[in-house]
Amino acid sequence: MFTPDMLESIKKVEATRAERMGVEPRRMTAEEKDSLLKAFHPDYRADGFAEIQIGPNKGQKAPKELTGLLHSNSRLLQDKVDLSKVDYDVDVLVIGGGGAGSSAAIEAHEAGANVMMVTKLRIGDANTMMAEGGIQAADKENDSPVQHYLDAFGGGHFAARPELLRRLVMEAPDAIRWLNELGVMFDKDEDGRMVTTHGGGTSRKRMHACKDYSGAEIMRTLRDEVLNRKIPVVEFTSAVELIKDEKGQVAGAVLLNMETDDYLVARAKTVIIATGGAGRLHYQNFPTSNHYGATADGLVLGYRAGAPLLYQDTIQYHPTGVAYPSQIFGALVTEKVRSLGAMLINKDGEAFMHPLETRDVSAASIIRECSERGKGVDTPLGSGVWLDTPMIEMIGGEGTIEKRIPAMLRMYLNYGIDMRKQPILIYPTLHYQNGGLEIGGEGFTKTIPNLLVAGEAVGGIHGRNRLMGNSLLDIIVFGRNAGKAAAAKAKDVELGTMNLDHIYSYAEELKAAGIETEEVSPLLLPKYARHER
Amino acid sequence: MENMVNVYFFGKRYQVPADLTIMTAMEYAGYTLKRGCGCRHGFCGACATIYRIKGQNELKTCLACQTQVQEGMYVASIPFFPTDKRTYEINDLKADQRVMMELYPEIYSCIGCNACTNACTQNLNVMQYIAYAQRGELEKCAEESFDCIGCGCCSVRCPAGISHPLVGVLARRLTGKYIAPESEHLTNRVDEINKGAYDELIEQIMQKPITEMQELYNHRDIEK
Ligand SMILES: Cc1cc2nc3c(=O)[nH]c(=O)nc-3n(C[C@H](O)[C@H](O)[C@H](O)COP(=O)(O)OP(=O)(O)OC[C@H]3O[C@@H](n4cnc5c(N)ncnc54)[C@H](O)[C@@H]3O)c2cc1C
Ligand code: SF4
Ligand code: SF4
Ligand code: FES
Repeated sequence: MFTPDMLESIKKVEATRAERMGVEPRRMTAEEKDSLLKAFHPDYRADGFAEIQIGPNKGQKAPKELTGLLHSNSRLLQDKVDLSKVDYDVDVLVIGGGGAGSSAAIEAHEAGANVMMVTKLRIGDANTMMAEGGIQAADKENDSPVQHYLDAFGGGHFAARPELLRRLVMEAPDAIRWLNELGVMFDKDEDGRMVTTHGGGTSRKRMHACKDYSGAEIMRTLRDEVLNRKIPVVEFTSAVELIKDEKGQVAGAVLLNMETDDYLVARAKTVIIATGGAGRLHYQNFPTSNHYGATADGLVLGYRAGAPLLYQDTIQYHPTGVAYPSQIFGALVTEKVRSLGAMLINKDGEAFMHPLETRDVSAASIIRECSERGKGVDTPLGSGVWLDTPMIEMIGGEGTIEKRIPAMLRMYLNYGIDMRKQPILIYPTLHYQNGGLEIGGEGFTKTIPNLLVAGEAVGGIHGRNRLMGNSLLDIIVFGRNAGKAAAAKAKDVELGTMNLDHIYSYAEELKAAGIETEEVSPLLLPKYARHER
Repeated sequence: MENMVNVYFFGKRYQVPADLTIMTAMEYAGYTLKRGCGCRHGFCGACATIYRIKGQNELKTCLACQTQVQEGMYVASIPFFPTDKRTYEINDLKADQRVMMELYPEIYSCIGCNACTNACTQNLNVMQYIAYAQRGELEKCAEESFDCIGCGCCSVRCPAGISHPLVGVLARRLTGKYIAPESEHLTNRVDEINKGAYDELIEQIMQKPITEMQELYNHRDIEK
C-alpha cells in the first residue's frame, strides 16, 4: 500500500538491483565516520541536551528530557508514606521484570536468597521481549573473547569500562549455555552448531538467534522459570523511590500500585535496579522502538539516592525504524534484515553506504541522505530510505524471509506490504540508552554498597555505542551476576532505620540551584492520552 | 479534515482518525492505558482485543497495537485472561509424551473445533500444535508454536479450557533443552574459559593504550 510517488521510486530501486547484487559497497574510513557523526548524529545536536544542575553529575549534559526528570520533584514530597508499615521484607529486591531482572531473580533464588520482583507492567512487558536480531558470544573456533572485546571496544568508541567489558565477553559463552539449558531454542543446524551471523560492527559471525524472536524466546523462557520457582512477582507496581538507612545503605524501595495508586513499602537488604531504557522519553522527538514502560525510572531514582550516571549523553538511534506505514512508525526493523543481505538505497536507487556499518554511523548516514543530500523518500510523517528486502530472497533463496525474519514479514503484511517482493521504507528510531548508572566490575554502584544495577539501566559496559547483540548478552551476564552478588551480599548487610532523607536533601539542592518545578519524577508512563499530551 | 471513523470502546462511541491503531485510537479518545499495553509493537501479547463490526455476526480477535481501526468497530480489550500455568522443575522432566499428559492433561479434551486457530493473532495453526502436544511430538509443537506471543486470544475461545500458550512454552523449553542437539563448540569454549585459557590474553588487551587499540580495531580482519 505505497503511495504513487513511492512506487515510482521503487522502480528505480528495482532497476539497479541486478547490478548491485554481489557488489559490496565501500566501508567508510575512520575519518569519514568521525566527520559524519559530528555533522549528523543526534548526539551532537547541542539543542537536544541540557546541563544537569545538581547531584554527582552536575555540570555534565544529558538529553533535555532526562535532565528535566532529574530536575523534577519526588512524588513523596507530597504523598507521605509511613515507612514503619512494611509490606514486603526480603533479602533481594529486584526492580524491573525484563531480562536483566529475571536473570537476577533466578540466580538470587538459586543462591538461596529470599527474593522478590516488582515490575511496572507485567513480567516480560519489557524491551527484552522485543529484541529480534540476536545475542553475541564468541563460541566458534575462529573467534575468541578477545576478538569480541576488540569489536565491542572499538564499536563503543574506546570508551567502555574495561572491567565491565571483560566480564561481558568472558562470560558470554556461559550465558548462552545457561539459556540453552533453561530451554531457549537457539537456531542450530542438524549437528548442533549454532547458526551465527554478522551484526553491525562484528568481525566474526557470532550473532546467535532464535529466528527473529530472539528476545521473546529468551524472555518467555526466563519468565517461565521465575514462575516455576514461585519467586513472588508483583506486577503493575512501580518503584518510585529508593529507601535508605542512616548508614548510607539502600534499605528497600517505596512502591506504587499502578492501578489503585496505593503506596507500599518493601524492605530489602540488597536492591537491584533493572528498569531498562528510556525510549519513551522521545528524545529530540524521535519515535521509539521501546516498550511502553521505558522511561528511565531507574536512573532517576538511583540518581536521587546518590548514585552517579555514566555516558548519560549517548543514545543509540537504531538506523532502521519503520518510516512507513504510520501505524507502525518507529517500530524496529531488525538489523538482521541487513545481515541477511538487504542494502540501504536512496530514492534514486543508489546504494549510498555499506549496510553493516555500526549503528551510530548508519543512523547518521541515513539522516544525511534524507536531509542534506535530499535523497530521502517523502512519507506522511517525515522521510525515509529504502531497505531492499527482495535481495534477501535472491541471495538466500525463496523462503528465506519467512524462515529467518517471520516477525518482520508479519508486521508488514498486516499493512498490505510484502517485503519479499517490495523494499521497505526506514528511518532511524530511538532505540537504546548507552549510558546509565555507573557500576563496578562486581555489579554494585560505587557510592551505595548494597545497590546493584543490571541491564540497560547500566552505563559503561558498551562505552558510547553498543553493538547489536551485546545488550541481550549484557542483561544475561550482568543480570545473573547481580543476582548472585546480591544474594551473597545480603548475608552481611545489617539494615539500620529506614528513611527518605535523601529526597528532602535532593529537594533542597534543587531549590539552591534555583530550580522550581511542578513536575514529578520518575515518569512511570509516557503521557499519550490526548488531554495529557 | 482528517478522515474520521466511529469506534465503540466498551460500547461507548468515539470519533477517531481512521489511520490509527486500536491502541492509539483509545489514547486519542482520552484513555490512559495501564493494562492492555506493553511493547506497543506486536511482541508481548498484552493488548489482546476482541471486536465485532457493527452489523456483522463474526467476533474477531486481534492485537490492539497492530490493528487499524475500522468504521463501526465494537471493541473490548482482554487485558487479563486466567490461563492456568503448571509449575515444574525443568531439570526433572523428560522430553516424552507423558510430560504433557501429566502437566496439561486437558489438551486431550480438545474437541477439534478450531476456534483457537481462528482466533490466533499470529495466524498460527494452534489446533495443530495442540495436536502435536497430544501425540508427544514436542519438537513439532515447539516449531509450530514458535511465533506465539502469549496473547491468550486462543484460550479465550477454547471450549476445553486449554491454556495453549503455556503448552507451547513447555514444548519449546523441552525441545531447546533436551531434543535439540548439543552445541559442542559452545561446551568447548565454556570449558576453555573456565580453565583460564583466555585470562592472559584478555588482561593484555585490557592494558593496551587506546592508540594501539585503535590501530588493532581499524585493521582487524573481518570474516566474510
Ligand atoms: C525493539 C528492540 C529490539 C532489540 N533488539 C536487540 C537485539 O537484537 N539484540 C540485543 O542484544 N539487544 C536488542 N535490543 C536491546 C535489548 O533488548 C534491551 O536493551 C534489553 O533487553 C534490556 O533489558 P533490561 O532487562 O535491562 O530492560 P527491559 O527488558 O526493558 O526490562 C525493564 C523492566 O523494568 C520495568 N520497569 C521500568 N521502570 C520500572 C519501575 N519504576 N518500577 C518497576 N519496574 C519498572 C519495565 O516495565 C520492564 O519490564 C532491542 C531492544 C528493542 C527495544
Ligand atoms: S497461539 Fe499464541 S499468539 Fe496465537 S492466539 Fe494463542 S496465545 Fe495468541
Ligand atoms: S479451541 Fe480448544 S477445543 Fe477447539 S480446537 Fe482449539 S484446542 Fe481444541
Ligand atoms: S502491546 Fe505488546 S503485543 Fe500489543
